[in-house]
Amino acid sequence: MEKPAPPELVLAAGRASRHYWADLWRYRELLGFLAWRDIKVRYKQTVLGVLWALIQPAITLAVFTFIFGKLAGMPAGNVPYPLLVLCGLLPWQLFSAAFTNASGSLVANTHLISKVYFPRLIVPLSSIAVALIDFLVVFILLGGMCAWWQFVPDWRVLFLPLFILLTLVIALGTGLWLTALTVQYRDFRFVVPFLLQVGLFLSPVGFSSTNLPSWRALYSFNPMVGAIDGFRWCLLRGEPALDPVNLGVSLAMAGLLLLSGLWYFRRTERTFADII
Amino acid sequence: MSAPVISVSGLGKRYFLSHQRRADTLRDSLARRFRRLLGQAAPGGGDTEEFWALRDVSFDVHQGDVVGIIGRNGAGKSTLLKILSRITEPTTGTVRLRGRIASLLEVGTGFHPELSGRENIYLNGAILGMSRAEIARKFDEIVAFAEVERFLDTQVKHYSSGMYVRLAFAVAAHLEPEILIVDEVLAVGDAAFQKKCLGKMQAVSRTEGRTVLFVSHNLPSIRELCRSAVLLAGGRVQAAGPCPRVLEIYQHGLAHSVATSVPPPPAELLDRAYATGLLVENLAGHACSDFPVGTPWRARVRFHVSRAQRRFGVALGLRSADGTAVQTVWHPPADLAPGDYEVIFTQDRVVLEAGTYTVIIGLSEDDRNLQQFDAARIDCSGENAVGYYPGTAGLGLVLNSMATSLQRL
Repeated sequence: MEKPAPPELVLAAGRASRHYWADLWRYRELLGFLAWRDIKVRYKQTVLGVLWALIQPAITLAVFTFIFGKLAGMPAGNVPYPLLVLCGLLPWQLFSAAFTNASGSLVANTHLISKVYFPRLIVPLSSIAVALIDFLVVFILLGGMCAWWQFVPDWRVLFLPLFILLTLVIALGTGLWLTALTVQYRDFRFVVPFLLQVGLFLSPVGFSSTNLPSWRALYSFNPMVGAIDGFRWCLLRGEPALDPVNLGVSLAMAGLLLLSGLWYFRRTERTFADII
Repeated sequence: MSAPVISVSGLGKRYFLSHQRRADTLRDSLARRFRRLLGQAAPGGGDTEEFWALRDVSFDVHQGDVVGIIGRNGAGKSTLLKILSRITEPTTGTVRLRGRIASLLEVGTGFHPELSGRENIYLNGAILGMSRAEIARKFDEIVAFAEVERFLDTQVKHYSSGMYVRLAFAVAAHLEPEILIVDEVLAVGDAAFQKKCLGKMQAVSRTEGRTVLFVSHNLPSIRELCRSAVLLAGGRVQAAGPCPRVLEIYQHGLAHSVATSVPPPPAELLDRAYATGLLVENLAGHACSDFPVGTPWRARVRFHVSRAQRRFGVALGLRSADGTAVQTVWHPPADLAPGDYEVIFTQDRVVLEAGTYTVIIGLSEDDRNLQQFDAARIDCSGENAVGYYPGTAGLGLVLNSMATSLQRL
């Protein structure tokens, strides 16, 4: 009716990848629907609802400000310490939520994977959308704090979307690895919270990365260092200044994570339905 | 004739069964890899076993065909559907598909209990491959078909299971693929709704010229719906062709392969009473399990009594292939002294419609169940029926159980 001559589709061992990217595009509406479902369901039957997205970062913010700002007395340059922490917390929360969601996404959608065909990549991709919503909510907190200290970001804020993208790329890259591994080895469910805990200590969330000048290049092998520095640079009027080498290292690491994650996901994808 | 819409050739699917442990863990995998490094074979080479769920399966389906896929549990039906729906890859062979394909392996895939009926229609539609515009266009039709207008904005978790199934099937029924694959979904819902679903599937294939592959254990609905059928057995095609002939082969196989079986008595019954044997035979006394409609037959149930039994009862039940309990007959309870006994049940008053039935035997003492088991399968066939037998679809399970008279007024 709509299509006069239906194209022939050939199914055979190892042929699955033929139309993969075209299919991914064809199923983009499903991606939207799955994201919409997760968002819709997230705060059902809770009293405080979306406020939960604010409470957690607000408390973390208070604790970090107290520990790193007051107890450890770390320098913050010309910005109020809480603002410095929040600008690190924003990308970290985005990363940790997106990474957690993506890692658990395939196993959480077992019933779909074993009953319907669609490019499996849609599952981790859509799970990241929920993290973005919570992220936008925390932005309200940032707006409030900027108003309180009468701190106005300058033109650099226009580059913020790039660093949001960088954070998502890191989360997707690591998430693809973990979700594909979890399908076969449920052990990795225990690895995710552990990785996040270690990652929080290894990322400059509660303090500025300028506190360790001699190590910064090595430190940047943790790609979240680049993302967090980038967020601060965009939101805090260029402070601390971005070092191109360090940023380059972080970008390269993020790219490597994404490509290797995609490679592993695609390699194991065809057996998901058999072993999940 | 034009090129087939579905063309399957040499299809095979291999699984590796791993014994004792189901979910692979990282530790096993690392341990295996480590041993391989050290040049040792994996412990107990028979740890994993090759299993071909499908082997050398080939058949063609043409535009507008409605094909039933039948076979016993484990024959490979589900694996075949999974490959055709692209959920899993074949190990060998190829499938060529011409046209948009949609599969319905389960009713309500992806329904979310926290979302309302309206939201689930969209979600489920998208999962089954419909576009948002397509769903919006059909929305009213879907709602009307499911008969859930009043509850459209209620969360699905508050639905009755009947409403849930109706809504789920309604979405699926309004898919417009060129090829539709349906697995056993009609086995849900009440009789009226099942009838509606069958009608819808018929309409889809006859008036809209779509191709349907349909898997079911419910032979009457296969007979009603399908023009041709593929019979799978042990992962291979045992027969393919016009529906009645393939069904015949299938039912024949069912009747002949399953002899009567009486399970060994459980330990706690050894010193009480237990069944020892069952014979199904025609009235001439020949063991048989295949009877033309209307011929009498009987079942002899033998049992051993070890200790005196009070109010000992023996019952025989018949269950149709779709799981309906059709008939229950019991011998009046009797007090029995130790010894061996036989109860004979003779079917000469009730005529059953053609089909496959399971014989269930039950033993009880003083109204308490001692033993109950599926003991045999019998097959009533329409060929050589005794007396007038119209043989059309939609007959009741029990035939001619009322007296009739005709008079001129």
